[in-house]
Amino acid sequence: MRGVTLNIDGREVKAKEGMTILEAARDAGIYIPTLCYHEKLAPYGACRLCTVEISRNKRTRLVTACVYPTEDGLVVKTESPRVIKIRKMLLELMLSSAPVKTIQDLARQYGVAKPRFKAEKTVCILCGLCVRYCAEIKRANAIGFVGRGIERRVVFFPEIASTVCASCRECFSLCPTGKIPSETDGVCFDDLTLEDFLGARPARV
Amino acid sequence: MAQLKSPAELARTRQQIISRRTEKRYIAINASGTCGLAYGSDQVFQAFVAEIERQGLTGQVGVRATGCLGFCENSPIVIIFPEEICYLGVKPEDVPEIVSRTLVGKKLVNRLLYKDGNGKKIVHEGEIPFYKHQSRIVFGNNRFIDPKSIDDYIALGGYSALAKALFEMSPEEVLETVKRANLRGRGGGGFPTGIKWQTTRNAPGEIKYVIVNADEGDPGAYMDRSLLEGNPHSVLEGLIIGAYAIGSHEGYIYVRQEYPLAVENLSVALNQAREYGLLGENILGSRFNFDVTIHRGAGAFVSGESSALMTAIEGKVGEPRPKYVRTAVSGIREMPSNLNNVETWANVPLIINQGADWFASIGTEGSKGTKIFSLVGKVNNTGLVEVPMGMTLREIIHDIGGGIRQGKKFKAVQTGGPSGGCIPESLLDIPVDFDELAKVGSMMGYGGMIVMDEDACMVDVTRYFLNFLAEESCGKCVPCREGIRQMLHILNRICEGEGKAGDIELLEELSEVVRDASLCALGTTAPNPVFSTIRYFRDEYEAHIKERRCHAGVCKALIAYYILPERCQACMICLRECPVEAITGGKNVVHVIDQDKCTKCGTCLEVCPSRFTAVVRLSGEPVPPAPPPKTEVVRSKGAQK
Repeated sequence: MRGVTLNIDGREVKAKEGMTILEAARDAGIYIPTLCYHEKLAPYGACRLCTVEISRNKRTRLVTACVYPTEDGLVVKTESPRVIKIRKMLLELMLSSAPVKTIQDLARQYGVAKPRFKAEKTVCILCGLCVRYCAEIKRANAIGFVGRGIERRVVFFPEIASTVCASCRECFSLCPTGKIPSETDGVCFDDLTLEDFLGARPARV
Repeated sequence: MAQLKSPAELARTRQQIISRRTEKRYIAINASGTCGLAYGSDQVFQAFVAEIERQGLTGQVGVRATGCLGFCENSPIVIIFPEEICYLGVKPEDVPEIVSRTLVGKKLVNRLLYKDGNGKKIVHEGEIPFYKHQSRIVFGNNRFIDPKSIDDYIALGGYSALAKALFEMSPEEVLETVKRANLRGRGGGGFPTGIKWQTTRNAPGEIKYVIVNADEGDPGAYMDRSLLEGNPHSVLEGLIIGAYAIGSHEGYIYVRQEYPLAVENLSVALNQAREYGLLGENILGSRFNFDVTIHRGAGAFVSGESSALMTAIEGKVGEPRPKYVRTAVSGIREMPSNLNNVETWANVPLIINQGADWFASIGTEGSKGTKIFSLVGKVNNTGLVEVPMGMTLREIIHDIGGGIRQGKKFKAVQTGGPSGGCIPESLLDIPVDFDELAKVGSMMGYGGMIVMDEDACMVDVTRYFLNFLAEESCGKCVPCREGIRQMLHILNRICEGEGKAGDIELLEELSEVVRDASLCALGTTAPNPVFSTIRYFRDEYEAHIKERRCHAGVCKALIAYYILPERCQACMICLRECPVEAITGGKNVVHVIDQDKCTKCGTCLEVCPSRFTAVVRLSGEPVPPAPPPKTEVVRSKGAQK
């Protein structure tokens, strides 16, 4: 396979053709933070935390590293001032809805203290790891998104969840906020009725 | 109808259609468009059909149910051809009189004519100011077409551009013509159509798709609906020509769920075009094959975004894709897919027939042709207007729109839909085109144009658009979903009188990140209302935050109604009209508003007789203490008369 050479943070990095910037960076030991990325799943580009600045022919652009394919001669800055500004704001936003350890640690790393925004504790950043893992790896589709815009949320689909989830629970460890395990742990899925599921809509504090 | 096998057969059919028509005159009624139907145009249409038969005029006068005629608020609209006599607001009971007086007696029915600001009556459609300043090259044919009749379209020369493209031009020549015309996408971004076509044409892929984006979702915009309802064949002809240029044999028309009549008229059009051999296998005997499927949306604004729309056509949830590859290269089922909006496609037959030079002679340096706008809000004449690119906002609002209603002061015009911007009075002389609107922080978008007067609070307007976007974002990516959520919280706070120092700066800081980091164009343009209102109306934000004052008196938390004791004549009107009984007083006793009970509906202000004007709306200042109970009124001289 033909390789490509790009420049990440001043370093020459070789990558296989078709690799994303994130994959190339991680192979080279360069850190780019992510929350919705999973190596077994198709890139999703939702948390936008892996935003990096690229330049080609003097044109600079902000792209998400988890999706953008590597190209020969690409110059990537993973921690430019614009990138840092975006990450800080994204973390501040996520901290307002999900003040949990994973997000707090990242926020601290980027120097984000108390968010200036109204707290709306959905405790879910809608990274979709659970939904995508269930669909792409388990091919079960027991969990999915409902609603749109600020109403979007994750729900288990009772008809499927009550038959497959009890013996799986693999999404528990994927959840970066711990919402799924905290809301479902200790409860055996097959003991649940349809009403239990409908009543167990994610709490909107 | 036998299938047409050559351009000559199409031309012959056209001649036959024209020579079959015995009627010397015909009446157009906008009874095949949603706005007309809502006003009862259908009953007027039926009344004309019956009356013409009753008065023995069948064969002499034709009646045609057309689509939207633009001046919607005056529906039902009746135009009598060839004189172009225009009657507005016609009721079924007016019909016998119109037939007897105008069609038989050659006299006018004066009361149904348009009356200008000075009371002058105007007879002809083209002389009505609303129409006079327009150039209706795309939209104007609606007047001559029953959208359910392909013959009407063919009679006007319909499908001759298709015949010309298929038989006289190579696909490359078609592409070159569209490129040279510099047609730019009418759906929002203004991307050059020819370049997009070329990308899809050159992209590797066995199958290529062409798509009509009819997911028109901007509040107040309805030009695409009106084109699809009123002249579906023009869109279809453009699409087939585009397919030929691109090398596509399969197309989709993505129509939003809320447009049932557009779907109906379009379905009829597709079937008729197939019967005539203008769609399907071996079109006009050219060996070019192309067919099209209507895909109905499921009611999501975000599906107007190209990758979301294509995902929806695949049968999945209509959400934008994160990929950095254009849909022109990898769209539906990862095949090259060219998407243009309704109005863009409708321009294509005109360009082929009349040439790139003709098209490029209309408009400005960077934006060619015309643009249809839906001019709505506080202007005297609302409706769909088509003007050459480069006309100024002032001309559109004042000459066509007839200025602001009730003589009020203009405040701002919002262009480009919810992700557009608000443009102030000082910029009304900019020429309207893609680049100029972008320069002032707004955009062309679909062509929505909402005019606001002095009664609009710009913070509240911004809140309205953000609220729309909060519901219509797909909610997938963090900056768009959480960013809009928090922008809305801040705006709500400001409108509720709880704004804090630093709120404007925080809004700006947040807006920049939402613009830079969001996944799709919905998110990257979502902060535009915030940016543009802070840019041009910062004083209103500051007044809300610092002085707790709402200029326009819209934000209820920041206003109070107060009765001036020295002016109150104790007429009892406001006291009786107050819906929450918040006003006390009596005969000869000054009326007083109980501020705790008051819901700030403003009824007292409205009903207080103008010769008293005792009720005032306060904002940004404390409500003066109420006069002692039972204070007697001071009779003013004016009141005693």
